[in-house]
Amino acid sequence: MSVRVEAMCKRFGLRKEVVGVDQVSFTAPEHRITSLLGPSGSGKSTLLRLVAGLEVPDSGKVEIHGEDVTRTPVRERRVGFVFQNYALFRHMTVFDNVAFGLSVRRAPKSEIQGRVERLLSLVQLGGYERRFPDQLSGGQRQRIALARALATEPRVLLLDEPFGALDARVRVELREWLRSMHEQTHVTTLLVTHDQEEALELSEHVVLLADGQIQQAGSPSELYENPRSGFVASFLGGAKVLTGSVAQGKASFGPIGLSTAVDLADGARVEAFVRPHDVRLEKVSVAQLGTELDGSPGASGADSAPRSTEPGAREALVERLVKVGSYVKLSVLLPGGDRLNVQMPRHEVEERGIAQGDRVLLEVRNVKVSPAIDYVI
Amino acid sequence: MSGVVSYLGGGRAHVERPALEERRGLRWLLIALAMGFLALFLLLPLGVVFLTALRDGVGAYARAVADPETLSAIRLTLTAAGIAVPLNLVFGVAAAWLISKYEFSGRSVLITLIDLPFSVSPVVAGLVFVLLFGARGWFGPLLSDLDVKIIFAVPGIVIATTFITFPLVAREVLSVMQAQGSDEEEAALTLGASGWQIFRRITLPKIKWGVLYGVILCNARAMGEFGAVSVVSGHIRGETTTIPLQVEILYGEYHFAAAFAVASLLALIALFTLVLKHWVAWQSRRSLEPTPAAGAAVPARAVRGAAT
Repeated sequence: MSVRVEAMCKRFGLRKEVVGVDQVSFTAPEHRITSLLGPSGSGKSTLLRLVAGLEVPDSGKVEIHGEDVTRTPVRERRVGFVFQNYALFRHMTVFDNVAFGLSVRRAPKSEIQGRVERLLSLVQLGGYERRFPDQLSGGQRQRIALARALATEPRVLLLDEPFGALDARVRVELREWLRSMHEQTHVTTLLVTHDQEEALELSEHVVLLADGQIQQAGSPSELYENPRSGFVASFLGGAKVLTGSVAQGKASFGPIGLSTAVDLADGARVEAFVRPHDVRLEKVSVAQLGTELDGSPGASGADSAPRSTEPGAREALVERLVKVGSYVKLSVLLPGGDRLNVQMPRHEVEERGIAQGDRVLLEVRNVKVSPAIDYVI
Repeated sequence: MSGVVSYLGGGRAHVERPALEERRGLRWLLIALAMGFLALFLLLPLGVVFLTALRDGVGAYARAVADPETLSAIRLTLTAAGIAVPLNLVFGVAAAWLISKYEFSGRSVLITLIDLPFSVSPVVAGLVFVLLFGARGWFGPLLSDLDVKIIFAVPGIVIATTFITFPLVAREVLSVMQAQGSDEEEAALTLGASGWQIFRRITLPKIKWGVLYGVILCNARAMGEFGAVSVVSGHIRGETTTIPLQVEILYGEYHFAAAFAVASLLALIALFTLVLKHWVAWQSRRSLEPTPAAGAAVPARAVRGAAT
């Protein structure tokens, strides 16, 4: 029961001036969780509502398991939809909420009873039948919303930022729970999220959107390891995009003292994607410091030769240092004025005695270099 | 939008704000002012109505109310309200549904139009219908050919009453629908419910207190309307007079006790409406507020539930 979306277009406003989604095509594989990931306003929720039939597309096609449902009314599409704010029927008990989809289809009482019981135990809320939604916590409400969506045995489960309204700890718990529930049900699922961690952890297929268009689609590791653009690299893994140029078959990025052999013509613009945890810092020793007392890193310029004896290492200034549990977030100022976010294990920072205001040497690993593409954020 | 108080405003819980509290003396002064004003302009007149009505004894009061002309006025008022209120209930819910669930050009024009009866003077509203349906009005010749009488007859009174009271249900239901959004309806739709099932099982339970509140206000206004009805009625005794018009006639003829006796009926309706209104506001507040069981009380209840 795969979902296929083809050349989907949707604009909003009385004069159709607001772009929702623009020429979007993708396939969500059967029995898998597919994430629609993107910043707010990227069109991911619109796309989900188009698949559900809650919005009518201007053009394009939706197929569920090979059947064209573009013109099928919502209630005949057999999709389960879970809203960010739960949208539980607050005047009904938990039992009536979960039973709603079955009772409007006039299912026999005994069947409803059995199915609701099974679903409530699936979402680990057996015994809550008589409660009203107001008497449940946020996480419990969202689990009821999931049970309600699953009650009608939908062909596709559509989740619109299901954990967006919950606090961080519950969110992580529910993520685990959703994964184990999916292992039991194997319902083809589309998950809208702006949280890259959620997308990478839960889904086997990620569709990354921005500005109503698909930036890249593929498996999480594909997107992470081979980002097609600076946007993808910075959205997934928070990479910093540095620009450099090619000279004599080598791409060089002055500020981080990196040069890599590339198969590009001289003078071409190239981009390097540097992730925070791919940077290691080493405190500049006193001996080295002595030679540099006169020049600040900002003034040393991008074109001067690396001072470090190590290849691929350059000097920078630690502007900010924040300890966040087991790791440390640092912001370093590169020669040339660029700032780079660095994430290092706490013990490494402590062993090396790095503090705010220190001069440090940069060592960058796993840099992705690609020809610069103009992209719009 | 005079006279419409959104009932959602009444649904908000009382919040203590110590920082905003005035000095004790000023507070008492303000309370005394408000109470004095209330007594002078509301309680005193209300008392006068009942005192004057009973001035000549209970017997005279009963005779005034049981007068055939008065009984006919009561019947007409009940008829007009009995037709206008259900019509406005249907129109109002339909208009509120349309405005809150759909995006269409002319939507804001419709919202403005709903308020029109409030912004137009009732006398002007009455005159509009005379100009439309009167003997020399636009549809006058057509109506006289068909031998249908609207102005100076019961239909005119019903039409004028309906027009004047139209915004009351629509505004009330609209504000409730807009406050509640459409998420639950969309959820019901994805679960396979039909339009009617959604309305009956999701929307109606959500808006029922708003609807009832609107109906109460609508009914009170329909029974008490004077201006527009006065213009289209023609004041034919025992035929086209409503309770307010009957009060005016009796008063004009110096039957003070009788006039106040009939007026006391309207005052009673008002008092009854007030009580009903409060009850509905209280009920809707209860249904809107989360049950105070979300925290500590729930486990206790669950334990009790498990034990039984």
